[in-house]
Amino acid sequence: MTAGLEHYLAVSVLLFCLGLAGVLTRRNLLVLYMSLELMLNAANLALVAFSRFRHGIDGQVMVFFIITVAAAEVAVGLALLVALYRRRRSAQVEDLATLKL
Amino acid sequence: MQDLLFYLFSALTLGCAFLVVANPVSRDPVTSAMFLVLTLVSLSGLFVLLHAYFLAAIQVLVYAGAVVVLFLFVIMLLDPPATQRRRLRRFGLVAGGTVAAGLAGILGSALHRLPPAPTQPPAVEGATVPLGEALFRQYVLPFEMVSCLLLVAMVGVILLSRKDPA
Repeated sequence: MTAGLEHYLAVSVLLFCLGLAGVLTRRNLLVLYMSLELMLNAANLALVAFSRFRHGIDGQVMVFFIITVAAAEVAVGLALLVALYRRRRSAQVEDLATLKL
Repeated sequence: MQDLLFYLFSALTLGCAFLVVANPVSRDPVTSAMFLVLTLVSLSGLFVLLHAYFLAAIQVLVYAGAVVVLFLFVIMLLDPPATQRRRLRRFGLVAGGTVAAGLAGILGSALHRLPPAPTQPPAVEGATVPLGEALFRQYVLPFEMVSCLLLVAMVGVILLSRKDPA
């Protein structure tokens, strides 16, 4: 059976759900960020597959932009994490509960 | 041959992604970062199979290179206490797993009902030339906006990571 659009989309769905599970279950902020990257990459894979099988290069251009924005997002997020760590001495989510009632 | 490679790369991607999220042996963020590199590289293999050559190269350079190195830098900067082992809360595990599995089920059933795609893969080649033409003709404005965004992010990062924010 040759690998069609559905196969690539299935891989993308599974990757996205793995990332989501990581974001929801892990407690370390760094690992949380890595799971977010997994979710972004799942979206990238789906876009590239659509672009291949639906005649057009627009999807690939979009992936190019997503990669750029993700790099910016990681830089800002990690800088925030470092600033937070300087103040709180912790990178675990349950220690960051100031907004909790 | 192509199918074999597809299955190989998807298995590698999903397996390594699982080890990023839930490694049974070690919960060290460094291990997760290393498996993240493997995930991203095998994902770029999938991009090559989809004929998106330029994006595959960018994926390796930007993601597996720059982003993961940034992660490792921060891990080293924060050091041991951040990596100490804590008990996972059972409620969070169950709830998170349920939500993720439910979403996978919903998306999977939607995928099942997808109208059949055109079986013959068209000749969309993601080499550098067509991508660059699209980028600098049709998508010039978004391109410039993204460059502004990078500049803003850079300034913001420098401001955020100063020792004593004024």
